[in-house]
Amino acid sequence: MDLIFEGFKQAIILILSGDPLVVEATLRSLQTSGTAVIISIILGVPLGFLLALTRFPGRNLIVSLVNAGMGLPPVVVGLFVAIFLWRSGALGFLGLMYSIPAIIIAQVIIALPLVTGVIISAIQQLNPKIRLQALALGATKAQMLLTLIKEARITALVAVIAGFGAIISEVGAVMMVGGNISGQTRVLTTAIVEQVGRGDFSRAIALSLILLTITFAATYALTHYQQRGTAAWAQGTSK
Amino acid sequence: MGAGYLQIANLRQRYGDKVVSDIDELVIERGEVLAVIGPNGAGKSTLLKLIAQLEKPVSGTISFNGGVGDELDIRRRLAMVFQEPLLFNTTVFDNIAYGLKVRKVAKEEIESRVREVAGMLGVEHLLGRASSNLSGGEAQRVSLARALVIEPELLLLDEPMASLDPPTKKSLIEDLQHVLDRLDVTVVYVTHQRTEAIMIADRIAVMDEGRIVQVGTAQEVMNYPVNEMVADLVGVENILKGRVAGARDGVTVVEVEGKEIEVANGEGLTDKVWLFVRPENVSIVADDGEHQTGMRNHFEGEITKLYDMGAFYRAVVECGFVLVALVTKRSASEMGLRVGMRVWASFDSTGAHVVSRV
Repeated sequence: MDLIFEGFKQAIILILSGDPLVVEATLRSLQTSGTAVIISIILGVPLGFLLALTRFPGRNLIVSLVNAGMGLPPVVVGLFVAIFLWRSGALGFLGLMYSIPAIIIAQVIIALPLVTGVIISAIQQLNPKIRLQALALGATKAQMLLTLIKEARITALVAVIAGFGAIISEVGAVMMVGGNISGQTRVLTTAIVEQVGRGDFSRAIALSLILLTITFAATYALTHYQQRGTAAWAQGTSK
Repeated sequence: MGAGYLQIANLRQRYGDKVVSDIDELVIERGEVLAVIGPNGAGKSTLLKLIAQLEKPVSGTISFNGGVGDELDIRRRLAMVFQEPLLFNTTVFDNIAYGLKVRKVAKEEIESRVREVAGMLGVEHLLGRASSNLSGGEAQRVSLARALVIEPELLLLDEPMASLDPPTKKSLIEDLQHVLDRLDVTVVYVTHQRTEAIMIADRIAVMDEGRIVQVGTAQEVMNYPVNEMVADLVGVENILKGRVAGARDGVTVVEVEGKEIEVANGEGLTDKVWLFVRPENVSIVADDGEHQTGMRNHFEGEITKLYDMGAFYRAVVECGFVLVALVTKRSASEMGLRVGMRVWASFDSTGAHVVSRV
């Protein structure tokens, strides 16, 4: 028990004193996961719309890939990204191995299917006539799509929560393609593994507390937004 | 009548192999309210979607004021209301404001126009409410307000009352009628309720299997249906198979089940005909042995069924063929109308209508 208590005490001190390792890993995590989730939204939202609203040859195959991708083991993603980025790999000439972009690539591959898959189901849960209604009130195609995403916002936000939660807490792929290089590619999860290996439990706990706080804060903010306007369910006055 | 606000020519639409729209010509005048009635699957909703540019036809043209604009331009002249209210998941105010916002109307103008139209439809007190917290009738009022606030040239209504209960429907249709009277808007109103069509429309178009089989005023369509499908749809309960037997004193004589019926129209018809008699055109008097009537057609028979319709009785008379008559409660009680009673059923030659039967 002492170890844990002492660890927590030291962790708080480390956080409050702005320990360089803790600060560095935290900023790196926010940078990589934040960028990756934004890229996933930029790619996943239009892709989700396309797959939800249109029919074209090969569509079912892509939807199947998206669904399979939602359950992709991150370690396997890391392995394949690493194979491509190794100096001898197909994309080796880019020299991206053990870099921030390498981490972001792996994280996008993990998050993109989650974002796309949730967007598809969010759109498909809407009444299909909503789309016609928007057009029949004079919306342009772009305005109609914006209306659909607004209508699907509650479910769509799940996509963001799920994507962000999956990648900020992921360690295997990030370790494999980022390498946990101090000052360069060390993020919260890889730093925790490293500190535990060294026996520095205070730092490990400090990093863990920060990771927990970030994931919880992100989830709380999104949930708060998501739950706005749903009070009717609790009152039983919704129809 | 002018050249028409909306002109439809040779419009064809197919879903797979099924022809859902096949309209040679339909002209709708500016400010006219045209009701479109027809059985399920007749192509009524498809016609609206084609006019609203929500579907592309296989062939044909739809022109507004003689011109064919681009898709968005046409969509911005019209508004459509569906059977379901299809409200967006936001406040009532934002729902009604939608069409103005997408047109980038100034904020102050949106505010005043939304309030004005909400007042006309009696939903002003709901503006701050979430759209998910409305009754069916309120939601459909908001949906109508959302369409009318645009001040569309053309309003397309796809069975807007179909999901409402009768009292809600009654008050909404009265309000809608009032609003339409005030606005200079051309309306195409799809319904399967002929009473709604009669109340609200200047003309009625009857559709069947993608075609428009008849267009005319309510009186024309109700009294002079062009075929037995239309007759059935507009509530002609007496649809009889007959044959033209000749002409007499300027009327056509039609033989039905061995009985002669005199009909005012029918000139030029030969052989097989359908004979239509609206039930409200048939009168019934008790058979007291000395029957006198000015009507050309009278038949002695027996009442086999009597249905209470609220204000009326619907009496089924067997008189060699079956005739259905509507009898007011008052005259029914004066006559002592009951099943098994002997009566005279009569109607005038102008109360019947014949068309060729092929």
